[in-house]
Amino acid sequence: MPAVEIESLSHAFGQGEMLRTVLQNISLKIEPGEVVLLTGPSGCGKTTLLTLIGALRTVQQGTVSVLGERLDRAGRRRRQQVRRRIGMIFQGHNLLRCLTAEQNVQMGADLLPDLGYRARRDEARHWLRSVGLEDQMGKLPHDLSGGQKQRVAIARALAAHPRLLLADEPTAALDGATGREVVELLRRLAREQDCAVLIVTHDPRILDVADRLLRMEDGALLPSVE
Amino acid sequence: MRNLWQGRRIPLSWLLLSRQPVRLLVALAGISFAGILMFMQLGFRDGLFDASVTVHRLFDADLVLISPRSASSIRMAGFPRRRLVQTLADPAVEGVSPVHWGLMLWRNPETRLNRAILALGFNPDDPFFVDPSLSQKTESLKQKGRILFDQLSRPEFGPIADWYREGRTVETEIAGNRIRVEGLVSLGTSFGADGNLLTSTETFLDLAPQKPPGSIEVGLIRLRPDSDPQQVVERLQSRLPDDVKVLTKQGFIEFEKNYWKSGTSIGFIFTLGAAMGFVVGCVIVYQVLYTDVSDHLPEYATLMAMGHRLSDLLGVVMREGFYLAVMGYVPAYLAGQGLYWFVRDATSLPVGMNATRALTVGGMILVMCMLSALLAMRRLVDADPAEIF
Ligand SMILES: Nc1ncnc2c1ncn2[C@@H]1O[C@H](COP(=O)(O)OP(=O)(O)OP(=O)(O)O)[C@@H](O)[C@H]1O
Ligand SMILES: [Mg+2]
Repeated sequence: MPAVEIESLSHAFGQGEMLRTVLQNISLKIEPGEVVLLTGPSGCGKTTLLTLIGALRTVQQGTVSVLGERLDRAGRRRRQQVRRRIGMIFQGHNLLRCLTAEQNVQMGADLLPDLGYRARRDEARHWLRSVGLEDQMGKLPHDLSGGQKQRVAIARALAAHPRLLLADEPTAALDGATGREVVELLRRLAREQDCAVLIVTHDPRILDVADRLLRMEDGALLPSVE
Repeated sequence: MRNLWQGRRIPLSWLLLSRQPVRLLVALAGISFAGILMFMQLGFRDGLFDASVTVHRLFDADLVLISPRSASSIRMAGFPRRRLVQTLADPAVEGVSPVHWGLMLWRNPETRLNRAILALGFNPDDPFFVDPSLSQKTESLKQKGRILFDQLSRPEFGPIADWYREGRTVETEIAGNRIRVEGLVSLGTSFGADGNLLTSTETFLDLAPQKPPGSIEVGLIRLRPDSDPQQVVERLQSRLPDDVKVLTKQGFIEFEKNYWKSGTSIGFIFTLGAAMGFVVGCVIVYQVLYTDVSDHLPEYATLMAMGHRLSDLLGVVMREGFYLAVMGYVPAYLAGQGLYWFVRDATSLPVGMNATRALTVGGMILVMCMLSALLAMRRLVDADPAEIF
């Protein structure tokens, strides 16, 4: 079973006169454990595609299967449950300002069912160690550098044991070297978990971490260049 | 229990509140202020109603006879004294004592101005007082023209207490009759009476010659210890003609309180004051929680994107409201205690904390915070996880 399977997906914003088609007839497949990069000019619909795969929007046309769930038929509640199995990393780190690094990661671990408090906390600590932040656990996001924050966000996304990881321009707020480091870390940890990864990026320096590169233009996928 | 403990989560509500100490303090100050306002208003209201019955509480009687035409302590009508004597026929009745009760014009010995004072005339041999020290003082009233003056009366009656304590002979006039202050008592003013005096039946009748003979305003009845007051009330009421009303002592107290509660807008005004506190508190808590939710909207959206349930997040806001209620109540309660103490000290109003009021205000604060949280939660529905990428 592929991690993501999309068949002739189309999506439009607005209504009537204002209707604007953003995605047109997209089909794609991502296998478990595969690392896929998605690039394309600004406004071509990358983020929209990501939110559809991430079960954050209702599918308008076409079929979308994520981790074996048909999202095009799923209601609000169903989508929320699918989201628990998807790790998400945002452009901004989107950490909770009032929580320490450890607590932020535990908000991810808290999504694991049937696990005691201590087990979830140990899970959080384990992932913080994995991203090399064992010395920063008690710090608030405010006191962390951009790269450190993004690494906390990676730990948080992985702490819920996702089978699919979605990242939208995870390096946008980081300098070149740090961005490269963070993405490599992301790829290594996802590999270890056999977790599929889809990264949207503009950053040419990280293109080589991908198993496969997808290009988009004007809401459509370009034929892949192997 | 173990499971609950192990199932616990990051205390997000608490951290949201405590990591913004200024906002938290503003919220707590607002809640405490509302609580103090409610304590004050309700305390004054109950205190005023309680003060209206200090005189009623003086007597150690089980049952009380009054005229059905009596409206309140300031308008007591008379009934035939023999009705009181008739109750002695009932086997449960142990003893009776008549009381005269009415307003009189007291002349301020300093300014010579007249002012209405509440006068009680009773039998000094068998005064039926709860307080034994009061019973001792009544000994001196056996001489005609002697009275006991309430030192908590308003100063408009003259510096009676001061003069008396200086050892002077304090004399003045009531309705043209000379009277002498023979001692001081502490009763306190009420809605109806700016001052009180106690005297013997004989002196009372001298001072109020227009009263029909054989008529009294209040009849005190003491029952045998093993009798049930409620039963005796019903028995006496059915046996006696309907020119008297039989009440228990508590009923007598309620009769007076009810007059002031229903016959005047005093209760309404203070309840309105308390309601104002409630509304002000609601507005403040709502403001604080609404800003809090708005400020953290992207974070709530992130949690939703991660797969946290909306209901869990609503719970976070509800818990914030709950913590605010608890934390705001404690200082309000303590300040309420302090203010009651202050008011008791500065005035003679009998205000104090009681369990009912502590719970009422606590409940109001809880409702206030939960209601505000409920309204602030509507903002949370605006958090769209699709918009955060
Ligand atoms: N909620 C929305 N309502 C209406 N139009 C939208 C909405 N979200 C996106 N769009 C439009 O859809 C198009 C695609 O947007 P999208 O964010 O997917 O692009 P993108 O490829 O992620 O661009 P970028 O690289 O700049 O992030 C844009 O023209 C955008 O204006
Ligand atoms: Mg985008």
